[in-house]
Amino acid sequence: MAECHPVGFQWVMEAKARGAKVFHVDPRFTRTSALADRHLPIRAGSDIVLLGALINHVLANELDFREYVLAYTNAASLVSEDFRDTEDLDGLFSGWDPETATYDPRSWAYESTPEGRPSEQAEGGARHAKTAGPDTYGARGAAVHPSPPTDPTLTHPRCVYQIVKRHFARYTPELVEQLCGIPRDDFAELAEAITANSGRERTTAWVYSVGWTQHSVGAQYIRTASILQLLLGNMGRPGGGILALRGHASIQGSTDIPTLFNILPGYLDMPDAGRHEGLDHYLELEGGSTGFWGNRRAYLVSLLKAWWGEAATEENDFCFGHLPRMTGDHGHYTTVMNQIDGIVKGYFVVGENPVVGSSGGRAQRLGLANLDWLVVRDLALVETATFWLDGPELETGELRTEDIGTEVFFLPAASHVEKEGTFTNTQRLLQWREKAVDPSGDCRSELWFYYHLGKLIRRRLTDDEIDRPVRELTWDYPELGVHGEPSAEAVLREINGVGPDGRALSSTSQLRADGSTTCGCWIYCGVYADEVNQAARRRPRREQSAVAPEWGWAWPANRRILYNRASADPEGRPWSERKAYVWWDAERGEWTGHDVPDCEIGKPPGYVPPEGAFAQDALAGTDPFIMQSDGKGWLYVPLGLVDGPLPAHYEPHESPVANPLYAQQANPARHTYNRPESPYNAPDGRFPYVLTTYRLTEHHTAGAMSRPLAYLAELQPELFCEVSPRLAAEAGLTNGGWATIVTSRAVVEARVLVTGRMRPLRLGGVIVHQVGLPYHWGWGGGGLVTGDVTNDLTPLVLDPNVYIQEGKAMTCDVRPGRRPRGPAALDLLERYRRG
Amino acid sequence: MAERMGFFTDTSVCIGCKACEVACKEWNQIPDDGFVFEATSYDNTGMLGASTWRHVAFIEQSRPVAVGGDEGVDRWLMSSDVCKHCTRAACLDVCPTGALFRTEFDTVVVQADICNGCGYCVPACPYGVIDRREGDGRAWKCTMCYDRQRGGLEPACSKACPTDSIQFGPLDELRERAEQRVARLRADGNERARLYGESPDDGVGGTGAFFLLLDEPEVYGLPPDPVVTTRDLPAMWGWAGAAALSAAGAVALAFLRTGERR
Amino acid sequence: MKRERAVAQEVVPEAEFRSYYGRPVIKPPIWHEPHMPTYLYLGGVSGVSSSMAVMARLTGRTRLDRTARVAAAAGAALGAGLLSAELGRPERFLNMFRVFKLTSPMSVGSWILAAHGGLSAAALAGDLTGILPAAGDAALLATAVTGPLTATYTAVLVADTAVPAWHEAYRELPFLFAGSAMAAAGAAGMLGTPPAHAGPARAVAALGAGVETVAGHLMERRLGFLGEPYQVGRAGRLMRAARVLTAGGGLLAVVAGRSRALNAVSGLALTAGSLCTRFGILAAGRASAADPKYTVVPQRRRLDEAS
Ligand SMILES: Nc1nc2c(c(=O)[nH]1)N[C@H]1C(S)=C(S)[C@@H](COP(=O)(O)OP(=O)(O)OC[C@H]3O[C@@H](n4cnc5c(=O)[nH]c(N)nc54)[C@H](O)[C@@H]3O)O[C@H]1N2
Ligand SMILES: Nc1nc2c(c(=O)[nH]1)N[C@H]1C(S)=C(S)[C@@H](COP(=O)(O)OP(=O)(O)OC[C@H]3O[C@@H](n4cnc5c(=O)[nH]c(N)nc54)[C@H](O)[C@@H]3O)O[C@H]1N2
Ligand code: SF4
Ligand code: SF4
Ligand code: SF4
Ligand code: SF4
Ligand code: SF4
Ligand SMILES: [Mo]
Repeated sequence: MAECHPVGFQWVMEAKARGAKVFHVDPRFTRTSALADRHLPIRAGSDIVLLGALINHVLANELDFREYVLAYTNAASLVSEDFRDTEDLDGLFSGWDPETATYDPRSWAYESTPEGRPSEQAEGGARHAKTAGPDTYGARGAAVHPSPPTDPTLTHPRCVYQIVKRHFARYTPELVEQLCGIPRDDFAELAEAITANSGRERTTAWVYSVGWTQHSVGAQYIRTASILQLLLGNMGRPGGGILALRGHASIQGSTDIPTLFNILPGYLDMPDAGRHEGLDHYLELEGGSTGFWGNRRAYLVSLLKAWWGEAATEENDFCFGHLPRMTGDHGHYTTVMNQIDGIVKGYFVVGENPVVGSSGGRAQRLGLANLDWLVVRDLALVETATFWLDGPELETGELRTEDIGTEVFFLPAASHVEKEGTFTNTQRLLQWREKAVDPSGDCRSELWFYYHLGKLIRRRLTDDEIDRPVRELTWDYPELGVHGEPSAEAVLREINGVGPDGRALSSTSQLRADGSTTCGCWIYCGVYADEVNQAARRRPRREQSAVAPEWGWAWPANRRILYNRASADPEGRPWSERKAYVWWDAERGEWTGHDVPDCEIGKPPGYVPPEGAFAQDALAGTDPFIMQSDGKGWLYVPLGLVDGPLPAHYEPHESPVANPLYAQQANPARHTYNRPESPYNAPDGRFPYVLTTYRLTEHHTAGAMSRPLAYLAELQPELFCEVSPRLAAEAGLTNGGWATIVTSRAVVEARVLVTGRMRPLRLGGVIVHQVGLPYHWGWGGGGLVTGDVTNDLTPLVLDPNVYIQEGKAMTCDVRPGRRPRGPAALDLLERYRRG
Repeated sequence: MAERMGFFTDTSVCIGCKACEVACKEWNQIPDDGFVFEATSYDNTGMLGASTWRHVAFIEQSRPVAVGGDEGVDRWLMSSDVCKHCTRAACLDVCPTGALFRTEFDTVVVQADICNGCGYCVPACPYGVIDRREGDGRAWKCTMCYDRQRGGLEPACSKACPTDSIQFGPLDELRERAEQRVARLRADGNERARLYGESPDDGVGGTGAFFLLLDEPEVYGLPPDPVVTTRDLPAMWGWAGAAALSAAGAVALAFLRTGERR
Repeated sequence: MKRERAVAQEVVPEAEFRSYYGRPVIKPPIWHEPHMPTYLYLGGVSGVSSSMAVMARLTGRTRLDRTARVAAAAGAALGAGLLSAELGRPERFLNMFRVFKLTSPMSVGSWILAAHGGLSAAALAGDLTGILPAAGDAALLATAVTGPLTATYTAVLVADTAVPAWHEAYRELPFLFAGSAMAAAGAAGMLGTPPAHAGPARAVAALGAGVETVAGHLMERRLGFLGEPYQVGRAGRLMRAARVLTAGGGLLAVVAGRSRALNAVSGLALTAGSLCTRFGILAAGRASAADPKYTVVPQRRRLDEAS
C-alpha cells in the first residue's frame, strides 16, 4: 500500500500512531513492510491457506462475534442436501461437468422451501460462465430465496456455519507453514491480533489490491477475507471492512459507468443475445425481486430514458431492443485470440498500453498485427501504437513491418489536467476536477472524441432500421470553447437523472419504472441533487465531522460506509459507544448517526416483512446487506460464483508445489488458452522458481506516464529483478549485474538487485525461491529509459469469475547475464520448451 | 527577522515514496541527475547534489532469520535528506561573493545571480550538501523554498510528503514535537531512536533542518559529529601568519647570511 | 549488498565504521586540475619571490631583484588567470570583490591576491620602465606584507574546509605551503638568474626545501590515520615524488654553487617538487573526502571519547 497508494497510506500511519497494529502479508519485504509492525512473507498464490487457517482458528475456538453472525450473516441458513464439498470430492464441489469444465451450481443452493426455487437458479451455470454473467450476480444479489430454512442453533450439519467449519478444518497453522512459508509463531501472532481486535469494541480492516486479485482464484481470495470479516463482525462498521485499493485514478468510476463488456452503468447486466428476449424477460432472469435490486426495472428504464429520451416508450420496451447484445466472452484476452484468428478486424485502444501492460505481450502484438485497423488514443506514442515498427518480434524476425497490414491511427489525448470531470476514487468518492490548462495541439478529451465521433456517425446514418438505435440516441450536450468541448457538467447531470419536472433528482428512491424519470447511472443518482454539482464540494475537514460528508460525494446517496446498518446491533443500538456509527433513534422513529444510514431511514429494527413483499420491503429491519435478496452477509455463496460456493486453496496454474489439500491441483474452472502464441511452463524442473510481478512507487503501470518523465525515470532507470542472496548464489547472479529470466513465453533481461528483502521460503523440506519483477518498462513510448517487457513472460490464465489474469504467481528460470539477441533468443526459448 | 523556520524530518514514518524528491525538482525546475541503476536498494540518485536537493536514502538492515538461517531483512530504513540550514553554516561563512546569505526565515540560500562558481562552499559543507553543477558552473542547494515561503506557502517537499515525515514550521515548535516523538519511540522499545541536529550545542550550532534517526547518523550517510569548519579559522589564520612571518624571516635570513654582492 | 564496511588498514589499528554504501559523506573539492594546484604553486612563487625582491632591493642585488620581481608579477598574474579559468567566465572573477569577508579565506585571499598582484605588477613596471622608480620600490616594499600572505593564505584556504586531511592539518599546512613556496621561488630565482647572482635564491630554496620536508613529516605524523591519504594512491605517489624532488633539489641547491648545470637541475627539481606537492595536496584532499572512513571514524571517535 505504501508502494502504490502512498497518499492513502498516510492514514495507515495515522492509525499506527494511534496504536493500531499493522501486518503486511506479501512475498516481498516492501516499503509497506518497512512501516508495518510485522511482515509475513508468503509464497505468492497461497493466501487462501492463510486466510482459511484464520477462519479455522476463529471457528475452532468459537471466537466469532456470535450475535452479529447469527443476525447478519447466512450462517444459520440450511443448504441443499445435494451439496457436496471439496472435502467429499477431493477438491471439486458438486456439480462439476468435466466435459464443459464448468460447474452447474444447482446443488449449491439453499434448502428448498415449499414454494420452490426461483427459475434462474435452475438454469445452471454453464451459460453464465461463458459470458462472465456470474460476477454480476455476486454484485447484485442473486435470486436466492429471501428466507430459506434456518437453524439458529447453528448445529444442523447442513447449516452454513457447520459447512464452513468443516470446510476449513484442514486449514491449519501447520499447513500455513508448509504452503505459505509463514512460521507458526507468526501465524499465531496474527491470529491473536485480529481476533483480539474484533468484536463489540474493536474492528479490524483488511486491505488488498492486485496481490490478491491477479490469480486464477482471485475472486475467491476476496471471498475468504469476506468470510473472516463477517465471522468477526467487521463488516459495515467503522474501522472494519475489506478495502479494495483500486488502480488507475478513476478505475472505480470506470466500473460504475463501465468500460467492461458485460455490464451497463450501475452494474446492470448487459443483455445476452441468446438469453434475453425483451425487457420483461431480461428482468425476470436478472435475479430476485427482493432487496434493493428488486427495483431494477426503475433503474434500467431510467437508464434507457436517459439514452433514448422521447424515443423510449412503454410500448417499445423503452428501446430495450436498442441495447447491444453479448454473444459470448468479449473479454480482453479472448478478444486478442480472436484477433489472432482473424475474427476481430478493428480495435480501439483508449488509455491502455496492452502490448506492455497485458499478460502475454507477444500474443497481444501478434493480435494487433493481424487487424485491418487499429485506433490508439493516448497521451504518448505508446508501444501499442508502434509495435509494427519497433516491436520485439521484429528483432527476432517473427514479424516484418512490410508484412503487417494493420492500419494504425494514433489520436493524441488530453490528460486529466487538460479537461474537467470527476474521478471516482477507491472509496466510491466522486471528486470534481477543474481543467488546469487547455490541451495542446490536436489533443482532445475522451468526451470530445466520442461526442464528435458520434456526431459524425449520426450525420452518415440512413433511415434504415439498423441505424435506428444510434439515430434515436439523445446526443445533444452543450458545446463549449473553440473546439466544441461537450460540457462535462451536463453529462454528470444526465448521469444523475432528471424527474418529470425537469429538475435534477436527488435520490435513487425517486426513480420510476414508468418512464417518467431519466438516470444515466442509478447509483450516482443524487450527485447533482438540487442542481448542484455535489462532487465539487471541498469543505475542509476541520470544518466538519470526521466522516466529512461535505467533501465530494460518495455513491450511493453520499454514504461513506456501505451496509452501515451492521454497525448497530439488531435492536438498532450501537454495538459499543466507541464504535457508534449509525443507530435507531426510537424517539424520532428514524435511523440517525454520523453517516447516511444504509437502510430505509424510517424502517424500525423490529420490522418483519409481510409475506410476498417486494424489493426493500422484503427485508427485515435487522437485514443490513440490503443488496442481497436475503439481506444477509454470505459466508457461503449459494449462487453467483462459477468456481464454487466456498473458497478452496488451489495452486496457481504454474506452481512448483503440489497441492497437498486435494487431488485437484489448480482451480478446475480457471480459463486457459492452449495456444502456441502463449504456451505454459511444464511442471517439471525446467522452471524451478516462483515469479511474481508488481509495481514500484516511482513508475506507473505500463510506463507511458512515467518513463518519459525525467524526474521519475531517474528514480528507477532500469528493469531489475529482486532476488535473495541465496538465490543469487545459487543462480550465479551478482548485485548490479544482469539476469535473464525465462518462461516458455519469452526471455527477458533485467538488472539484478540482490536483497535480503526477498526471502527464500522453507516449505516443508524444500526451499522455494521467489523472483520479483516490476513491469513498468518497454522499448519505446517516449521513454527516457527503456527495458524489456515483463509481461512477455506472463501466462494467459484467467480467474473464471472476473477474467483477471494470473499475473502474480507463475514459474520461471533465471540465468546470469544478458539475454541472447535476435533469433538466438528464440533458440533459447525453444530449448526450454522442448526441455 | 521573522521566526526561524525549519524542517523536522521524522524518518521513522518515511515510506520512501520520493514524492519529496520529485516535488522539489518540479518546483525548482532542477535538471535530472542521470539515469543510472545503482543497485543500492531503491536509491538511484545516490546523494544530495547540485541537481538533487532532497534525497531519499534506503538502508536494508539484515539479521539472521530463524527459518533455515537465511538472511532476511530486519528493517528497511528510509530517510529523506536535505540541506541542514545550519545555525553556523560553513558554506555561507566561506562564500567569498556573498552569494550565500541568511534569509529572514533564518535559512541559508544561494543567490544564483551572484554565485561565481568558485566552488569553495562545496568542500566546506560538513554534510556534503551543496555542489557545483557541471555545465552551469554555479553552486546549488535547497533554498527551503525561499520563494514559496515568501509567498506564504510551505516548501514543496513537505507539502508533498504523504506521511508527514517532513514537517515544516517554526523551529522551536518542531523541536518540541520531535522531543515528544523520540520519547514515544524510545518508550516503545526503539532505543536507538535519536534526534540529529536539533541541539544548539552541536558543532554547527544546531541545524534548521533536523532529523529523527533510528540508527547512527553514518548509516544514513550523515557525519556523526559535524563541525562548522570556520570554528578553527582564527587558529588557522594564526598558524598561517606564523608561517608567513617565518617565510619572510627565512628569506631575510637567506639574504643576510649570503655573503656575495653584485 | 554491502551496507557496512569494516576497514582494516595499516596506519592505525583497525577502524570499524559504517557508511551508506561506501558513499562519501562530504563533497570532495571540485576545483579543476591543473588550475587549482598550479595556482597554489604560482601563489607560492609569487609571494616568496616578492619577499626575495624586497630583500634583493634592500641588499642591492639587482639581477636577483629583477628576476624576483618578474616571478612575483608573473606568478600573480598567471594565478589570477587560472582563477578566472576555474570560474569558467572571467567576469565571474569580479564577483570576488563584491564583499570582503573575514570568514572566507577565499575572500580575504582574493583581496590579498588583488593587492599583491597590483603591487607586484607596479613593482615590476617601475623596475622595467624606469618611470617613477620610487613608486615601484614603494610598491615592492608593500609586497613585503602581501607576499608572505599570498604564499600562506592558500593553506588556510584549503584547511578551512570539511576535507579531513586538510582541515585537521591546519597547523602544519601553512608551513608546508610556506616551505614549498620558498623552494619554488628560490628555484625560480636560480633558474632566472646567473648562478653567480643566485646565492640567496639557493639559500631560500634550500631553506624552503627543509621547511617543507620537516613540516610534511610532522603533519603526517600528527595526523596519524588522517595522514593516510597523503601516503596512498595517486596522492601518495605525488607526495613521495615531491619529497624526493624537494629534498634532492634542496641538497643540490646547497652544493650547486656557481655550476650552471647544478643550478638548473636543482631549480627544475624544486619547481617540479613544489608542483608535485600542490597536486599531491589536492589529490590527498580529494581522496580523504571521497572515502567516508576519513570523515566518519575520527568523528565517531570524538563522540565515543566524549561519552
Ligand atoms: N506508484 C504506482 N501506484 C499505482 C500504480 C502504479 O503503477 N504505480 N498502479 C495502480 C494500479 S492500476 C493498481 S491495480 C494498484 C495496484 O496496487 P498493488 O496491488 O499494491 O500493486 P502491485 O505492486 O502490483 O502488487 C502488490 C503486492 O502484491 C504482492 N503479491 C504478489 N503475489 C502475491 C500473493 O500471492 N499474495 C500476496 N499477499 N501478495 C502478493 C507483490 O509482491 C506486491 O508487493 O496500484 C495503483 N497505484
Ligand atoms: N505483470 C503484470 N502485469 C500487469 C499488472 C501486474 O501487476 N503485473 N497489473 C495489471 C493492472 S492492475 C493494470 S490496471 C494494467 C495497466 O495496464 P495498461 O492500462 O495497459 O497500462 P497503462 O500504462 O496504465 O496505460 C494507460 C495509458 O493511458 C494513457 N492515458 C492517461 N490518461 C489518459 C486519458 O485521459 N486519455 C487517454 N486516451 N489516454 C490516457 C497513458 O498515457 C497510458 O499509456 O496492467 C496490468 N498488467
Ligand atoms: S499519484 Fe495521485 S492517485 Fe496515486 S497516490 Fe499519488 S496522489 Fe494518489
Ligand atoms: S548543510 Fe551545508 S550547505 Fe546546508 S547550510 Fe549547512 S553548511 Fe550550508
Ligand atoms: S560557489 Fe557560489 S555560493 Fe559557493 S562559495 Fe562560491 S560564490 Fe559562494
Ligand atoms: S525546501 Fe524546497 S528547495 Fe528545499 S528540498 Fe524542499 S522542495 Fe527542495
Ligand atoms: S515524501 Fe515523505 S514519505 Fe515520501 S520519501 Fe519523502 S520524506 Fe519519505
Ligand atoms: Mo490496475
